[in-house]
Parts: sequence; C-alpha cells; structure tokens
Amino acid sequence: MNALLMMGCPELPVQTAAALYIANRLNHEGFEVTAAGNNAAIGLLLNSDPERHYIKKVLDLDRCIANLAEKKMEFDLCFVFIHSDSGISYLATVKSLSKAKTVAIVFGKEIEPLIEASGDSIIIAAKAVHNPTPLRTKIDGVKSWAALMK
Amino acid sequence: MNYEILLPNSSFKECADFIKKNFREIYYVEAGYKIFDNYLIGVPPIPIAVENEDVIMPYVKPCHGCFVLRIPGKEEAGRLRKGE
Repeated sequence: MNALLMMGCPELPVQTAAALYIANRLNHEGFEVTAAGNNAAIGLLLNSDPERHYIKKVLDLDRCIANLAEKKMEFDLCFVFIHSDSGISYLATVKSLSKAKTVAIVFGKEIEPLIEASGDSIIIAAKAVHNPTPLRTKIDGVKSWAALMK
Repeated sequence: MNYEILLPNSSFKECADFIKKNFREIYYVEAGYKIFDNYLIGVPPIPIAVENEDVIMPYVKPCHGCFVLRIPGKEEAGRLRKGE
C-alpha cells in the first residue's frame, strides 16, 4: 500500500509535525509514504528528518498533480493538509484525479468552514496552530490506517 | 507567461463567481484539466472564460490563495471552444 502526504503552505508550524507523525504511523503499518509540497514545505520536512527515518520519498507539489493527472502514479491513501481555502481546492483536485481514499487533515484557527468543505473525505480536525497535541490526539483516534483500506 | 491578474488573493469560490459574473462565454472543466502546460487546481466544475483570444481562469497557489488570470492564448481558447 502506498500513501501520499499532500502538504499546503507551511505557514502554520503544526503541519510539519503532523506530517512527520503521520508518516511514522504509516511506516509502521507498512505503507510506502511519499510527501508532496512546495519547496518550503519539503525543506521543513527534510530539515526535521535529516536521516530520512520518516520521510522516504518527496515530490514537488506541481509535479505530483501532473503525475496524478497523467496517471503516472496512484495512491491507496492520500492525506491532504488543509488550513485554508487552497487546501480545499487541492483536496477536490486529488479526488478528481485519483481513486485514493482521501483524508482531510484540517487545522488552524477557523476549522469549521474547512471541515464543512471537506465533503465525504475522512476528516481529522483540530484547532491547532503552534501546538500539535490537539491534532495528534485526533490522529491517534485512528487505530489503523491499513484497516481503512479493507 | 504573459498574464494579467483580474482578481488577487481570493477564495476559489470567489474566483469562480467572478468569472461567471463578468464573462459571457464560459466553459466548465474538471480539476486537473491541462491548460498552458499547467494542471488546473480547484473544485469542479471549474469555470474558464474565453473572450476573443484571451483565456480567463482561476489559478490556485498553496501560499497565496486563488487568483483570476487573463492570459492571451489563441490556441487554448480554440481548444476550449472545440470542447477539447
């Protein structure tokens, strides 16, 4: 099974922490994990994991969208990090281009409209900007990501 | 690429509504539609307007929100008109 972590703008600090935490969980469950983001998001991730214990593969966000559109890659599970309207647009795009089961990781200060706009994706949401604990608690509420694939 | 920003830093819905409100010739495409060597990001159906030989479309960037861009593009305008 393979999973995609599609990150948004890294202006909220919890995104990098949550991505590494989810990657660790997925690695333990045997997923092959790819992280996609812009240069800043990928840079934060790789500087936080210099020996690549958690993040094995990275991909530029635009290249990732192109690969999905051109059917050059496919995922079983796709986590889209959402703290703004742009994240909702990326979630909708992934749902159009991929058969992956989508998980909306919603965070920030005003999460209610983002939750509402996340539609039928699995939603993991918490008000979190600097402190990752509320979001981590919600992530921990899912005992097995692999079980979702059955 | 030569372009003009008609609406900066907005939500995708605001950009879609702007296009629908201000232009007459509108085509709807799916997310991931390839135009100007770029795959469109957004909530489908995504409105794209054509005015003469210009294409007017929403453009999403992760850190900056959504913009409405006017881009000269005879070939892309023709492709939209043909439904390609």
